[in-house]
Amino acid sequence: MTVNHGSKRLVVGAHYGLRDWLSQRVTAVLMALFTLVLIVQVLMPGPLGYDRWAGIFAAQWMKVLSFVVFVALAWHAWVGMRDIWMDYVKPVGMRLVLQVATLVWLVGCTGWAVQVLWRL
Amino acid sequence: MPEMTRARPGTMRLIDAVKYRLPLAGVVSILHRASGLLMFVLLPFIVWLFDTSISSEISYESFTAAFVVGLGVVPGWGVKLVVLALIWAFLHHLIAGVRHVWMDATHSVSKAQGQSSAVITLAASVLLTVALGAKLFGLY
Repeated sequence: MTVNHGSKRLVVGAHYGLRDWLSQRVTAVLMALFTLVLIVQVLMPGPLGYDRWAGIFAAQWMKVLSFVVFVALAWHAWVGMRDIWMDYVKPVGMRLVLQVATLVWLVGCTGWAVQVLWRL
Repeated sequence: MPEMTRARPGTMRLIDAVKYRLPLAGVVSILHRASGLLMFVLLPFIVWLFDTSISSEISYESFTAAFVVGLGVVPGWGVKLVVLALIWAFLHHLIAGVRHVWMDATHSVSKAQGQSSAVITLAASVLLTVALGAKLFGLY
């Protein structure tokens, strides 16, 4: 059996990082489209007070779309923050602590946002 | 040879990195990272804005009041400044992201295009921030 770890690890053709690269772009396009959808609704005629603002997110399709975008945002931010920690924080223990804290932060914020969405 | 060992540059540190003149594409790149980090750090504040603006008419009142009387120890203009920073971060991150996806999709990786699209990214995000910031601070 050929050795495929340590210095003998095969580093071509294994798609290292491809999934992160692709998911960051797919989630980005989703968020950009959501931004357009939101801008179009905000720019509709009429004064923008509480009723119209809350009304935008009251529609069920908008809730589903917002939920998908919140998850996309958390995933996108996870890939980006992980890149930052990997680039600047070298001690493995510290990096692990920061990565776990990032996940806690993102999952917590996403849970809060989803709660706001579905009690509306 | 010990002298040659001493002359070797070794690992690049931040103090070495700042000695290089960064091209505009590099400025866009580091600001892309900085703006993403800023939005990540302020994410609970963003969710708070979403929560108070949408949950009820009473919470909507406290949402609008935050921009006038402030939030805790932060005065109203301080809240506006933080929101202005978030507006810039969002715009820069979005436009730089579109530039990124566009480069990925079209394989346009020439030096000239990198430079010109960097100028467009920086100018568009700053101009839009100024326009929205003027609205935020009640200039029109």
